[in-house]
Order: sequence, then C-alpha cells, then structure tokens
Amino acid sequence: MSKENILGLPIQEYKGGKSTLCAGCGHDSITDKIIKACFNNGIKPHMVAKMSGIGCSSKTPAYFLSKSHGFNTVHGRMPSVSTGAALANRKLTVLGVSGDGDTASIGIGQFVHCVRRNAPMVYIVENNGVYGLTKGQFSATADEGSKSKKGVPNEIPPIDLTSLAIQLGCGFVGKSFSGAPKQLTPLIQAALSYQGTAVIDVISPCVTFNNHEGSTRSYNYVKDHDIELQTLDYIPSFTPIDEIDIPQGESTDVEMHDGSTIRLTGTKEDYDVHNRNAAIGAINDSMAKGEHLTGLLYLDNSKKNIYQEMRLCETPLASLEEETTRPTEETLTEIMNSYK
Amino acid sequence: MISVGTANGSGSQSANLIIHRALFKMGLPVSGKNLFPSNIAGLPTWFLIRVTEEGYPAPADDTNIAILMNPDTWEKDLSKLKKGSVVIYNSDTRMPVERDDLILYDVPCSKIARGVNSKLAKLITNTVYVGALSEIIGIEQEAIVEALKHQFNNKQKAIELNLTAIDEGRNYIKENHKKNQPWRVERRDLTKDKMIVDGNQAGALGSLFGGVTFLAWYPITPSSSLAESLIGYLKQHREYVDGSKTYAVVQAEDELAAAGMVFGAGWAGSRSMTTTSGAGISLMTEFIGLGYYAEVPGVFWNIQRVGPSTGLPTRTQQSDINFCYKLGHGDSTHPVFIPATPKECFEFGWKSFDIAERFQTPTFVLSDLDLGMNPWISDDFEYPDKPFDRGKILKEEDLNKVESWGRYRDVDGDGIPYRTLPGNPHPDSSYFTRGSGHDEDATYSEDPEVYERNMKRLAKKHEGLRVKMPQPKIEHSSSKSKIGVISYGTVHTAIEETIDILQEQKVEIDYLRIRALPLSPKVNEFIDSHEEIFIIEQNRDAQMFNLIKEELDSLNIKKIKSCAYSDGMPMAASKISANIIENTQIKINKKA
Repeated sequence: MSKENILGLPIQEYKGGKSTLCAGCGHDSITDKIIKACFNNGIKPHMVAKMSGIGCSSKTPAYFLSKSHGFNTVHGRMPSVSTGAALANRKLTVLGVSGDGDTASIGIGQFVHCVRRNAPMVYIVENNGVYGLTKGQFSATADEGSKSKKGVPNEIPPIDLTSLAIQLGCGFVGKSFSGAPKQLTPLIQAALSYQGTAVIDVISPCVTFNNHEGSTRSYNYVKDHDIELQTLDYIPSFTPIDEIDIPQGESTDVEMHDGSTIRLTGTKEDYDVHNRNAAIGAINDSMAKGEHLTGLLYLDNSKKNIYQEMRLCETPLASLEEETTRPTEETLTEIMNSYK
Repeated sequence: MISVGTANGSGSQSANLIIHRALFKMGLPVSGKNLFPSNIAGLPTWFLIRVTEEGYPAPADDTNIAILMNPDTWEKDLSKLKKGSVVIYNSDTRMPVERDDLILYDVPCSKIARGVNSKLAKLITNTVYVGALSEIIGIEQEAIVEALKHQFNNKQKAIELNLTAIDEGRNYIKENHKKNQPWRVERRDLTKDKMIVDGNQAGALGSLFGGVTFLAWYPITPSSSLAESLIGYLKQHREYVDGSKTYAVVQAEDELAAAGMVFGAGWAGSRSMTTTSGAGISLMTEFIGLGYYAEVPGVFWNIQRVGPSTGLPTRTQQSDINFCYKLGHGDSTHPVFIPATPKECFEFGWKSFDIAERFQTPTFVLSDLDLGMNPWISDDFEYPDKPFDRGKILKEEDLNKVESWGRYRDVDGDGIPYRTLPGNPHPDSSYFTRGSGHDEDATYSEDPEVYERNMKRLAKKHEGLRVKMPQPKIEHSSSKSKIGVISYGTVHTAIEETIDILQEQKVEIDYLRIRALPLSPKVNEFIDSHEEIFIIEQNRDAQMFNLIKEELDSLNIKKIKSCAYSDGMPMAASKISANIIENTQIKINKKA
C-alpha cells in the first residue's frame, strides 16, 4: 500500500482519538477497517459526517476520522439524525455506526424507516449480541440458545438485520466479521460507493461479556462458523487500468454509480447477488445451521435514492442563500391577495 | 351569534365558510369557530359565526340564530336557546320542535336539494340553509357570489350548482315565511384590505419567508394543516424551473424521528422545523434535551390542543406553557414564542429561525387549535424587516483569522459559542457533537468544574433571550387604573372585549400581553406599576401565573391573582370580566 492516497493524504489523516473500549474489542478492528476504507477510497475527511447512537459501538466515531464532524446522538436515533444531515447537505458522506442494541431494540423503528427512505449513507451495525456498557444483558440479535456469561440461555429468537433490510428494499446489504479484514475493508469501500442506504451487519465479538463457550458470538465460534459467500475486491474509479489485477478463476464485476467496481470472485454455487428472494433464503438456511453467511449479500444499483425521489436541488440546502430561500415582497403581496 | 349544528363529514364546513366569507365581503368583521369532533364522519359538529361592529373574535355567551341540521344534537341545541331566538331547521329530519317561544323557520333542505340535483343532493343540502339564512338576515347576493367563487376556486360548475341551491333556499323563505325577526346584517366598511386566514396558514407563510429548507413532521391534529400549507407554498415558490427543490420535506415515522431529522438538518446548517401538538412534543422530549445541551438549532411549532394524554384532540387550550419552557430532564429552559394572531404567527414564523440559529437551541412557537385552525380576519402581514440572522457560524476563511477555536467556548461573553458546519474544509473545523458531558472543545468530560462551567454558560446564554425575544406589549392603558391584566396567546382576543365590558361597568384596567418566554423584565415593571394583577389563561393549573410568581419578589407575589380555567372552548369575555369584578380588592362600584 502506498503511504499516501489519491488525495495525497497519509493514513494518519483518517485516524481518530485513542479508543477507550476493552482491549481486543471487535469494534476496534472495525474502526481500523473504516479508516482503511476511507483512506483507500480517497474520501475527503471533512466531507464525512460520522453519526452514531448510544452504546459501545456508538463511541467509536471518536476513534476514527478526527477531521470529520461527528454526532453522537441519542439511543437508537442515529438514523433520523443522519437522514436530516444527509438531506441538509447532499455533498456529505454520511457514515453511521450503531450497535445491535441501538439498532435492533430501541432503534428498530428508525432502522426500518431509514432503510425504506434510502438516504445515501453507510449504516454499520457492530453486532455482538450483547449490551456491553450496561454489563452483559442479551440484545435482540442474540441467537436463541446462546448462553450469557453466567450460563443463562437466550430464549427469544433473534432479529436478523440483513434479511430484514433486504425485505424492506435496501439496495446494499452486507455482512461481515470483525476478524475478517480482507472481506470487511472492501465491503465498506463498496458501501461508501453506493448511492443509497448501505447496511453492513458486522459480527463483532464482545471480549468482556460475550466471548465464552456457549455463545454464538464468541470470536472462536464465529471464526469456525463464518461462511464467506465470495471473495470481494473493490476497485476505485481512479485506479489506473494497469494496476487492476486480472482475476484468477471465475469472477463477476459490478459497476457502481461512482465508476468504481466491485469484483466478486468464487461466489458460492449459483448465488445471484441481485436476487432478493435467494438472498433471504440463503441467510435463513445459514442461520438454521448456526452459521454466519458473510459477504455482499444483496445489491441493487437501480434503486432511486431519496435525493432523486425528492428531486432535491444540487446545491446543499445548507448552502442556499437568502435570495433563493426567501421569496420577494411582491410574492407575499400576491399570496395575501389570494386570502382577500 | 349564529350557531350551525351539523354532522361531521356532511360538507357543512364549506357551507359555513361561504356564510363566513359572504359576511366578510359585506365589510363585516366576522368571527368563525369550528367546533369539530375527533372523527371522520358522523359525529356532531358546530360552527359559530359572530358578527359585531367591534369585530370581537371570541364566541358570545348566547346563540341568537340556530341552524339545526343534525338530529343527534337537536334537542340539546334547542333547549339551550333563549326565548325569542331564531331557529332555522331542516324539516326533512322530521324532528320535533316543541318550543313556542322561538321564531321558527322550517326549511325542507333535503327535499329542496334533491329538487336542484338528485344525484348531488347530499353535497348541497347544507347549501340550502345558506340561502335561507341569507334571505332571513339580509346577506347580499353579490357577497354570496364572491364567497362562492373563493370557496370553489372559480370552478364554474360547482359555483352554479351551489348558487341554485342558495337561490332555492332564499325562495322557500320568500314564499313561505313572511315574518318579523330581530336580526339583520348591514354592509359596513370594516374589512377593506383584510384577509381571512388561519394561524396555521400564517405560520406556514412565516416559515416560508424565514427561508425554511427542511421540514420533518408527523401528522397530528391540530398541527397537520401547518405542515400541509407549508408544503403547498414550498411547491409554488421554492422550486426551480426544472422542478428541482430548494427544500426537503419528510413525513417521519413518528415524532421522535421528526425531531431527530430536524436536529440532523439543523446541525448540518439547514433552517429546519417541525410541526406538532402536545402529544408529539412528549415524544420529542428526548431530542429537545439533546438539542439544548449539544446546542443545535431547530424550530418546533406546537399547536396546542387539550391535554393531558390524548385529551380532547379537537379542542383548544394553553396548557403546554410550562411543559415546553422547561422541557427535558436535567436543568433546561427554551425560548418560546407565543403568537396571539395570524399576523404574529407569520412574524414569529420567520423570527423563530433567527432565534434558533443565533442562540443555537431548540425554539418553540406555541400556537393553539383556536388560532391555528379557525378562520380569522387579519391585517396584512409585514414583510421581514431584516435579513436572516444565521448566528455565529465560522466559515473556512473565518477560521483562518482566529487563533484557536473551541465549539463551546464563550468568546464574546454572551454565553453563545461559535459553530462550524460539516463540510467546512478548514483543518480545525471538525468537532464531535454529543449529548454527554463535554468541555469547551467538545471533548468528552466528566470533570465537575467543566460540567458546572458549561451549565452556567448555558444559563447565561438563555438569560440573553429575555431581551431578544419579542417583548410584551401594553395593549391597553388607561393611565388611571390600579388593576393590571396579563394574558397571552389567543386569550388576547377575549381580553379586548373584556375591557369594553368592564368599561361599561366603569372599571378601568390596563392590559399587558406576553409574547414570549423567558419573561421580559417589562413584565415585572408592569406588575410594579399596578396594585393588583390578574393573569388570565386557558388552563387549569395557572401555568403562566406560576412562572411569573417564580421570578417575583415577595411584595409583588401578593399582588398577583390567577384567572385560569379551561373547558376546551375559546375563552369568553363575559367569564373573564365576571372573574375580575368578583375577585378584585380594589374599590370599584360593583353594582354599576
């Protein structure tokens, strides 16, 4: 990897403050991949809005991209604040980080409606199946039968955010594992290129409260049950042709709206990444087997985003000047006359 | 006063608005109050039309002319009428009228409507009483035609159909009822250049001229028409030729999300707002706390309805004063605009953005159902007299000029820090916004000194609002009165009439109207200069009275008395004047 990216910036420009999470926390690995993905894509740090809710995961935006504005909102409400920010300034890259408690419990309503609206944003769920900051309660994504640190099994079925997102019409759904850097980095890079809401559910073991024998979210369990759907490569639009590797074996290239390419190699059997029903079926099958199916699960590049649906003007709303947004005195007189 | 009793969803609203506008077109300052149920069709609804030379907007105590169309309320409506009242009733309902002390006009409205157009009879049954009433009290045909044109947006077919029904109503009276009754209307010149507008339309217009770029809302009576009016104006006035929009509107999934979007957009630099009512504010409370502490602008319209809980969703009240002013857990107060007229809804509509952005804080506009949804006669609105105040925003070039910058540092001594917007390319521009404890640089902090210093700065910032918010207005001053009256919001419209009633009884009062919170020092001055103060408001718990009391010295506390009540109806002047006469300790000639 070169020391500077396409903008001439070193990777330090994409780093943040020191993490205060537990040593070995999966979330810190994800933070690293976010830094790498933004660096690789040559994103201008000041054009990123880092958004989060409340919880361990939601603290992480302080640990990456310190040159970006960040907003640590309230519990479960990251999606609405992000939607407002994305609409106020369409030039921003909105990067939302949430957890399984923040998204699947208190924030499930906002998650659902955010996905339906399709505002351009990357929505990363750092999913460990447990509430860390309040010391180890199950979350709504905890698998049925998975045991807590005290040995108590979870008896309620989990919410799977990936199949839910696909069901709701999300056009970019990925799943990954914090311990799978080769998969996660290109997945985040691709999500950053997507023109609507891109959801990535990342299994991220909680080393303090959910990393024991009997848990389906422990590092060892996930490592053994991670079924990678395909090998992912992300080729940014600015990559010179002679630097693009020629793939070995069969691969599929998917072009994104920003000119970048996602290369899918060695995809399992006949999996069609554009087929909604097949994706949901494959996720259900893997869950039934106690596995985690990871990779790019579903992609639809044809969906209109909220800017297109609304016909939002190109200039960010936040930058519009008074002469555009305050109608004239004559207009006021005309309107008042219609009430006379 | 004319009272029309109909069933909700029967199309009576357009008939009533035609009467209302026709009287307005005759130069009469007419008031209209729609008393409607929380229901789509079937439940009883009333429309009160009051015509006075003085243009009193509050409802009167007695109905002089009753129009009975609804069998469900027939008996009760009849029983409330005083001897000698006029009754126009739909005789096709076959309901009995068992009083011989009233002046009765039977009109077979349904039959006449069928005769005009059998297919559309239901739509025009109510229009028939418009004709009957017009004939009886002398509403000019010319005024009716103008009102019809307005109501039906110059659609010829609808105008003709309704006009025929009106004519048939008139004819029936001419042919069947030659009798004397005491009520007639006469042309005046009192509504020239005035508008009929409701507070929600006015608030929407104010927001438009305040340069709103973002609206997130969730439907709730009585606020929905503000959002919907605004959407209409935005479509007309804020789109480029190619159809692209200079605004965004999101109908959120609930009020929580609406508030979140408002703050997301406000944080990113948009002039953002929402419209809701008390129940919605309850849900937004969590976010308002974040907006206060993280210092994010946003405008929150609360069109108050009757609480607590679901309460009476279609009735009016001023019961969110205390709630909005101090909303949220932890120590916090918020700027609150309190308009009393559509004109002020317009003015506060644009000014609220200036305050929200200057003070970087959630800002309330507290209207109510009476103001928001009823038709009011209004003077022209005044075009904003100053440019946008976007507050202390540092752009890239500004950051080049300052040595150091901290998001929450009080540089100017007014408690208001500087902010940057996302997307600012300056290397020092970024900061981390959070609802948790933070220092001057927006860094997480649990340090006791840092926390206290920040909270004191916030208090200082909000103190500054006392003189920056709209100041109270002395609406009436007699120079000799020892009694002062304080009110706010739509109660104002009953106070003007109260003053006249009291003057007839040789009681003089001075009257101050509060227009915003936090309270201006002028409220104190007014209290200082009177021996006795009545605080009139439309809620049970005397909310403003208690807010004022908190800020007074003990001597002044003894002076103030509360006149607070609420039954969901707009306040009547007679009740206020009676309360003052009964409770004043100042020597007045009570028998006068």
